[in-house]
Amino acid sequence: MAETHSLQDLRQAAVASKVFVQRDYTSGTICKFQTKFPAELESRIDKQQFEETMQTLNNLYAEAEKLGGRSYLEGCLACLTAYTIFLCMETHYEKVLKKIAKYIQEQNEKIFAPLGLLLTDPIERGLRVVSFPTSKHHAGRSVPWLDCH
Amino acid sequence: MKNCEYQQIDPRALRTSTTRTPSTLPCGRKSSQRLRRKWEIFPGNNRFYCDGRIMSARQCGVLPLTIVLIVITSGLFFTFEDISIALLDMKSCQSERVASTWSWFIIRNCPFLVRHLTIFIPVIGGVLFVFVIFTLLQTSFTDPGILPRALPDEAVDIERQIDNSGSSTYRPPPRTKEILINDQVVKLKYCFTCKMFRPPRTSHCSMCDNCVERFDHHCPWVGNCVGKRNYRFFYAFIVSLSFLTSFIFGCVITHLTLLFCTLQIKGSWSSKRGEDSGNPYTYNNIFTNCCVVLCGPMPPSLIDRRGFLPPDDAPQTVTSDAELPPFVAKNDTNMCTQGTKEIIESMAHSTVIQSTCTPGTPKTAPVTQESLLSTVSIMVSPPSKPSSGCSGRQARRPTDMPCPQRGNKRAALHTHKPVLHLPNSPYSLGHSPLIFSDAPDMGFIPLN
Repeated sequence: MAETHSLQDLRQAAVASKVFVQRDYTSGTICKFQTKFPAELESRIDKQQFEETMQTLNNLYAEAEKLGGRSYLEGCLACLTAYTIFLCMETHYEKVLKKIAKYIQEQNEKIFAPLGLLLTDPIERGLRVVSFPTSKHHAGRSVPWLDCH
Repeated sequence: MKNCEYQQIDPRALRTSTTRTPSTLPCGRKSSQRLRRKWEIFPGNNRFYCDGRIMSARQCGVLPLTIVLIVITSGLFFTFEDISIALLDMKSCQSERVASTWSWFIIRNCPFLVRHLTIFIPVIGGVLFVFVIFTLLQTSFTDPGILPRALPDEAVDIERQIDNSGSSTYRPPPRTKEILINDQVVKLKYCFTCKMFRPPRTSHCSMCDNCVERFDHHCPWVGNCVGKRNYRFFYAFIVSLSFLTSFIFGCVITHLTLLFCTLQIKGSWSSKRGEDSGNPYTYNNIFTNCCVVLCGPMPPSLIDRRGFLPPDDAPQTVTSDAELPPFVAKNDTNMCTQGTKEIIESMAHSTVIQSTCTPGTPKTAPVTQESLLSTVSIMVSPPSKPSSGCSGRQARRPTDMPCPQRGNKRAALHTHKPVLHLPNSPYSLGHSPLIFSDAPDMGFIPLN
């Protein structure tokens, strides 16, 4: 009989097996995550794969925060309309965030889930960390929980 | 250990809704309760409206006062300026006196332009007002860039990293982390409330109890923090409010200047058709016109509020009639008295006016026997002035004998000489008419 565990039990068991990748502030306040391969994941995932995933994420965030003609146009138009167009249309940043969410989902399906890992969307953590919940007890199996709050 | 089997969770199923949907419990634990929104358990000091779409600080500060001030000021402006513009439009259609100001020149010569320009004033004011209100509301009700607090697992991980690197005392000293940002060392501080290292340029607002990215300040006028996400709204609010204030101020000053100039130049609102007359009172210079009114000599008060009334009941009034001295008038036998009418008639015949009222000189008052002519001064002479001759009330002294016996002798030597008395009282200067009489016949009648 399958019995589900409570959140607290899971947390107590797995609190040490969550890997957090912090923000990289060397280039300023732009959204960028460290690409340094954490030691806890050495046995779980390929280093190159990890770095490639993080780099793609960083590029997507850079695209969202890019200062260019399009963002200036959007900003000026919004300013002229007293920012009321934000009620009607989606901002460029929000469009890119949707693209990021889709990318993370694909990565989880293709790469991480088979390895027993799950890449959480940083937006759920306030763009502070990318977390990799791992479980040592059930290596190879599907991820038992989703990093949620 | 319980025999349990973890359920496989399909990540796709959990991502059917937006990324910000309320969290579902793990292991497929189905909650029979209503799904709560995250804002309902938000730990910060904030208020949420419209099911989490709008948020503000818990203490709204003086936001209502800000809104009231803006609305009242703009409302008064629209009410009174619209009335003024309507009046101005009406006046520009009439022909008025030419004034020496450029504004009236424009109004007279460019009625089309004026009529169309004045339309823009309320339009521009309305646009600015709407802009100010929108940006104010957006500043107040937008998330300023609050960082969600670290969850326990993340907090534990951070603590573990700190403990590994530093000392393992129970209460470690304030934690900082040094990082390099564009080759510059920046210290990141640890927030004990949010349990994380604050990103660069992030501060914890004590009023809202949140860490806010690129925190500028907590503004009580808008009732919210000003941070990364609502800084542009705040800036637009401040700038547009400045423009609105300057615009209203400018319109009011122009209005007052127009009123001032028209009143100054004494332009009457009634027009004379076809008459292009100038202003007879102008100094032909706007600055002179202004200076004369504002800095010209201060005229005195003319009503003499503190002056004393004379002892007699009848106040002295300036009349052209000769006022007969009462003690002389009582004496019927006094030949120096004469009716007013006769005096005036005699005045009309006199041709020579000669003043003889010099102090110390004997005065003679040649009179006719039949019609006594006496010069009567209507203003009382000062008592120090000696009087002699038939001059009646000059000295105001009933004991004064203007016609002593020696005067008789002198009178015989006199020829026809009209006598004129010049009163020298200060109040009479310039106000009282002069009265003079003509005495064609010789003779001298002593006055009692």
